[in-house]
Amino acid sequence: MALRVRLPHADPFLLPLGGLLSALGITMIYRIDPELAFRQGLWVVVGVAVFVALVLFLRDYRELDNVKYILGVSAIALLVLPALPIIGRTINGATLWVDLGGPLVFQPGELAKVFFVVFLAGYLRDNREMLSYGAAGQGRLPSPKHLGPLLLIWGGAMLVLFQTRDLGGALLYFTVFLVMLYVATARWTFVAAGLALFLAGAFALYQVIPHVQDRVQGWLDPWAEPEGQSYQLVQSLYAVSSGGVFGSGLGNGVLLTPAGDPYIPFLETDFIFSAIAQELGLAGGAGVILLYLIFAYRGFRVSMLAQDGFSKLLAAGLTAALAIQAFIIIGGVVGLIPLTGITLPFVSYGGSSVVANFVLLALLLVVSDRVNRGERA
Amino acid sequence: MNPQIRRLFLVLSLLFVALIATATYWLWRAPDLEARQGNPQLIVRELEIERGLILAADGRTPLAANRRRKLEDGRVWYLRRYPRGELTAHAVGYSTIGRSRTGLELSLNDFLTASNANLSTIIDTTLDRLRGIPREGNDVVTTLDLDAQRAAAQGLAGNCGAAVALEPSTGRVLALASSPSFDPNLVETDFDSIEAITAPCRPAAPLLDRATAGRFVPGSTFKIVTAAAALDTGTYTPESQFDDPGFCTLFGERVFNFSDQGTPAGFGRVTLADAVENSINSVFCNIGKELGADVVLEYAKRFGFYDRPPIELPSEEVLISGLYRNGRLYDPESASEVDPGRLAFGQERLVVTPLQMALVAAGVANGGVVMQPRLVERIVSPDGDVIQRFDEEEWKTAVEPSTAADLSAMMVRAVESGTGGAAQIPGISVAGKTGTAETGAAGRNNTWFIAFAPAEQPEVAVAVALSDQTGTGGATAAPIARAIIEAALGRNT
Repeated sequence: MALRVRLPHADPFLLPLGGLLSALGITMIYRIDPELAFRQGLWVVVGVAVFVALVLFLRDYRELDNVKYILGVSAIALLVLPALPIIGRTINGATLWVDLGGPLVFQPGELAKVFFVVFLAGYLRDNREMLSYGAAGQGRLPSPKHLGPLLLIWGGAMLVLFQTRDLGGALLYFTVFLVMLYVATARWTFVAAGLALFLAGAFALYQVIPHVQDRVQGWLDPWAEPEGQSYQLVQSLYAVSSGGVFGSGLGNGVLLTPAGDPYIPFLETDFIFSAIAQELGLAGGAGVILLYLIFAYRGFRVSMLAQDGFSKLLAAGLTAALAIQAFIIIGGVVGLIPLTGITLPFVSYGGSSVVANFVLLALLLVVSDRVNRGERA
Repeated sequence: MNPQIRRLFLVLSLLFVALIATATYWLWRAPDLEARQGNPQLIVRELEIERGLILAADGRTPLAANRRRKLEDGRVWYLRRYPRGELTAHAVGYSTIGRSRTGLELSLNDFLTASNANLSTIIDTTLDRLRGIPREGNDVVTTLDLDAQRAAAQGLAGNCGAAVALEPSTGRVLALASSPSFDPNLVETDFDSIEAITAPCRPAAPLLDRATAGRFVPGSTFKIVTAAAALDTGTYTPESQFDDPGFCTLFGERVFNFSDQGTPAGFGRVTLADAVENSINSVFCNIGKELGADVVLEYAKRFGFYDRPPIELPSEEVLISGLYRNGRLYDPESASEVDPGRLAFGQERLVVTPLQMALVAAGVANGGVVMQPRLVERIVSPDGDVIQRFDEEEWKTAVEPSTAADLSAMMVRAVESGTGGAAQIPGISVAGKTGTAETGAAGRNNTWFIAFAPAEQPEVAVAVALSDQTGTGGATAAPIARAIIEAALGRNT
């Protein structure tokens, strides 16, 4: 409603897609644990409230450009929070949570993702000329001065990875960074160099951190230790494969042990796609993937129609962040890429994740409203 | 920047297609994954089926039944319980979530869960699904006679060994017991207590069904096979004369008769029947050398050796009997590879199961025809219709009826006045043969008794095998066989 009044020209697909995915998420979570589903419902309400507030009060999103450095620093601050003593919480080998007492346990990384994209959109818009053409005279390589930020971000991503053991998060940030860099500069060399650096860094970390080794080994040969390190992946594959084409039907899947616990730990968060693939089958799973693809299509469309660089980069970055996040976790649970623990946007259980994704959606819609209005004016 | 965004979308689309392709790949691999032990999917789905009962031969006494458990979400799971516990643990097996299945619970799973492709079952299960009521499995009526089964279990208690009782004319398994046994109710909940079971043998291996998969040396019970070859080929008659010096010379070395080792006080001039009665090794050793290992093995095959007895248990739980080399079944290509003398009295790397030796006894009892052993009488649908009846079928034709009659008479003498005296039952003529096989270690003998009764009109054939014994087959195994025969014939001691 607020949307219709405030943003009459916003993209008509994006919000329903978010809503549909949230509803699917709540349904699946209800299957696993009704109480969690109720809490997730509350989080969606909070998310929608934040969404409405943003739509109502964010007069011109381009003002965000002015505070991009503040946002950039906040993003890093948010990422570092869980590593701090007292309030930091480590769950399942990753230090991603901040505990402020009581129910206030949250994952600051989710919100940092949005801040990070806004910062990059602003920064890259300012520097894209230099990054793209500044190095033209000295062969193909940009000067150290222009490589600086790239190296800085790379170092940052690796540091975050090292500090928090959050493989999925690091992969997501770095990929989003590369994607936005590519969109801004159209230079493959940056992407290639970035990728090479990431692989080198990842390889180095693989040597040093046992947690990373476990994940990669478990992915390469899940059947080596089906009861051990690859238990989650193996159980996830069992679930996916038993779903068949149309699934067992909602409520008929084999998700819980006789004791009432899920067979797959973190089923309601990281592995929600396994539950969907089982109960709704390949058709349902592919449907969810297609929903993300449509989301990506509409998001990129907003970006392509936008006139100014900041809007373009912002829309493309937000869309890419969501789509890549979906790819990383779905790819993980079906064994396409090594398993990393991040949430499936809108669907997975988790307050910070839901709220952050609604913030992302709000920004995207605000951009799209302006874009479409401008187009018609 | 638009071309970049377009390319980006293209790459993303390809990645998403790769996701769908991967999910499809796992779908295609589903049958492989379903067969994996750790996969709870199929097992848990089958928990929602009211699994059929497994019943004793009387068609009433449940050996496996269900326990309903209502889940929080309103669904009902059927978990297995075994009212007779240890008594029928090996034949019935178990069906669990955590440790899969064994025994009839495994081999008849399709019937028990009504997954069998039988028209009336398919109609029933479809109707059940439409009505939203749980699927009901088919009941299995076994051939197990609980009196005989109890006698077998009680007799074996405290020993490591097994006993099998068959009905010679039909192949019905009346008793199938293995010791030590275990409580199948504890497999899911307290497996540690099963692993902690001890017995006078190492490893105690309570889960092993020694009746169908135990590795025993047949010893003198194999002389029945040798005698069958000797008579059936026409080489000898029960009255054939032998000279027993108390030992037999094999490859220039003396192999002495059992129980008088080192003191070659032979029986002197004896007949073949005397040799069976007193289990004289030297006579059989010489028969073996005369017939050759190939002929003896040929008769062993006629009784079912080198073939897996077609009982309804999972094939991995039924061992093939025969010569073994390095733990594997071994069928010699040339008779010269095998020592015929030692083979003839049941040593020489022979490995047999109690089930196989019971089939030998049953074959002799049934006029030379070995019936297919079977543990299942019929399968009944929830409505009470008989879905499948397991009829008697001939499995092997071992010897001529006249040979069987001669063997029977010799075995009767072995019980009446020979080594099997402990199996005598007043008023009933019992035919039997003892066995005391050396395994190469002191106090680790395999002791045996195979028998059938009544000799004129056999109703039951048994084989009892014990491992890690210091006594003889006549002293240790024969009394257990007698108790089983009495129980099977409806006599209470």
